[in-house]
Amino acid sequence: MKKFLKPHEREHILGTVYGWPMGLWFTLFFTVPLGIIILYSFLKRGLYGGVEWEFSLTAYRQMFNPSFGKVVLRTLWISILSTFICIFLAIPCGYAMAKSKHQTFLLFLIIIPFWTNSLIRVYAWISILSTEGFINNLLIRMGIINQGLKLIYNNGAVVLVLIYMYLPFAILPLFTTIDKFDFSLLDAAHDLGATKLEAIVKVMFPNIRSGLSTAFIFTFIPIFGAYAVPLLVGGKDSTMIGNIIVDQVSKTRNWPLASAFSMVLTLISLVGVFWMLYNGKREQHLQKKTTQQTLEHNIKSHHTHRGKA
Amino acid sequence: MKGVEVTVKRVSRSYGDFKALDDVSVGIQKGEFFSLLGPSGCGKTTLLRIIAGFDYPDSGSVAFDAKDILSLPPEKRQSNTVFQTYALFPHLTVYENIAFPLRLRRVDAKTIDAKVQEYVRLVQLEEHVYKKPSMLSGGQKQRVAIARALINEPSVLLLDEPLSALDAKLRQNLLIELDQIHDKVGITFIYVTHDQSEALSVSDRIAVMNKGKILQIGSPYEIYEAPATRFVAQFIGETNIFSATVLSCEPYEDEYMLCVDVPALKEKVYVTDAEAQQVGSSLDFTVRPEKVRISLNPPRSTNKTLNTFKGVVDEPVYSGFQSKFYVKLETAAETQVKVFKQHTAFLEDGPDIEWKDTVYVSWTAGDGYLVKDTER
Repeated sequence: MKKFLKPHEREHILGTVYGWPMGLWFTLFFTVPLGIIILYSFLKRGLYGGVEWEFSLTAYRQMFNPSFGKVVLRTLWISILSTFICIFLAIPCGYAMAKSKHQTFLLFLIIIPFWTNSLIRVYAWISILSTEGFINNLLIRMGIINQGLKLIYNNGAVVLVLIYMYLPFAILPLFTTIDKFDFSLLDAAHDLGATKLEAIVKVMFPNIRSGLSTAFIFTFIPIFGAYAVPLLVGGKDSTMIGNIIVDQVSKTRNWPLASAFSMVLTLISLVGVFWMLYNGKREQHLQKKTTQQTLEHNIKSHHTHRGKA
Repeated sequence: MKGVEVTVKRVSRSYGDFKALDDVSVGIQKGEFFSLLGPSGCGKTTLLRIIAGFDYPDSGSVAFDAKDILSLPPEKRQSNTVFQTYALFPHLTVYENIAFPLRLRRVDAKTIDAKVQEYVRLVQLEEHVYKKPSMLSGGQKQRVAIARALINEPSVLLLDEPLSALDAKLRQNLLIELDQIHDKVGITFIYVTHDQSEALSVSDRIAVMNKGKILQIGSPYEIYEAPATRFVAQFIGETNIFSATVLSCEPYEDEYMLCVDVPALKEKVYVTDAEAQQVGSSLDFTVRPEKVRISLNPPRSTNKTLNTFKGVVDEPVYSGFQSKFYVKLETAAETQVKVFKQHTAFLEDGPDIEWKDTVYVSWTAGDGYLVKDTER
């Protein structure tokens, strides 16, 4: 007799089949290269780029060079500052969008910048900020200043352009969670004596936590690995980890060191992703537990009620 | 008596072309259980939101004990609200939800604990203190909302259709509980509902609203027995209502006995009224179905003011404690008269009146009522 599969068994097999192409793709183009980077970071540098097949921790030791330390610290403060400003700006944006009648149009506006290549958008900022750029020209014509201000090639310009580039990535997840937020809770909080700020901090923030953490990850990780922005609008003191990696690969030709720095980026990103997963899992778990308990409770109370009567 | 007097004076509020409130005035007494009753879109919730401070009138004033409150934000008003959707904070436990207003005022932990325990006992939620709102049933959630709204010791409690999301049995129980809570705390309750039976059963007074206007303010008894307009008569309870023209009007005891022509019944009807009416004026005649008697034999009384009609049972509806009959009249076949008959005695073979039976329906002149139709 022919063996029939039970529905859940079939689903299981189908799942595996559907999973294959993606698994293969990730293995070939993600896991294997990552493995190569890990491997390279533990090898000796070749004289003209490449590596010599000999185990060594030199790359990791070189990372503790004070000049690199400064870059790591700068990368950290630039990333944290830009991320927080992004989220700070994104919360009211998401709030306004969730409340607006023209949601689709506003979403469309946020997506428009993605139609243009990000490098071109950075060049646009150069033409806006440079000494003969738009802002300086405008200010000179208005007679407010008589000499171009130095707006570009410094850390401020880097932070500004990074915020510009990654703000949409903070707005979108915040918008989706705020859109699901029950605004009558804010009314309730006011009614119970909370000021506007108290209501937002004590009632809204705890309820949009998943959006906040997603926005944080979506902006912090790419900003931490930024390369083009500090290169194009930063000064000589604006180097970030991304720039070191490029320099080590293409100029200094120290591939193990570049790999070691990449590992740092990957690890920090991983910590973020795990934090996000943990948050999501915990929320899910809590919800699952509560529905289960409510169900049990309802069944129990139903029966005890009957028993009494 | 605790609580405050709430005075609403000439309040209007429009949303674009839609007039949600049209020159509404109402005075609510200290400690009163006052209901705003009306169909959806009649403006009752808008009025409540204006009193709570979530909405602002285009004109008019609202005062608590003669002190204008419109300039105050919601958090500064002595009122608290129980929301239709409960609006419990999902990230906080029942305990923290109830303690929320006290934590905002930075009350010390000991006082908070004592007060939370007190209000948890008031709404009988002792077992559920450490649960999150998502683990509670609808009735329990509503109790948390009530405790949370009361813990600030407001002078006015505003209830926005608090029971509409619950099933019928639970609604009845919570309604009685709400009334008991009102007796205990003694503050002014303003209760918004579209359910006339809820409003009738607990209110001291009711304001019936429609299309942004208050049609009648009165005790449940007054509203039911002496509706001011055709709308009130139809909205509160069930009734038979027909257009009528006054044929004659004579003093009768301390009232007036009127004879009116009711085209729908193709017959004259006798009805008493407290006021004299002009002969020839158009009014609406109404009689409640439970005041109409139904029998298989003609009534023995020969009093000419007993209105009697012969008809056929078109549709009997048995519902245990009573039966509803829709009776098609012999004189006017297109008109149905609704009659309720209470089953007070045990019936061996089921209801004695059945489908297609020829019956007599009758009511005395005193049981009918005349209303003005303001909306015609």
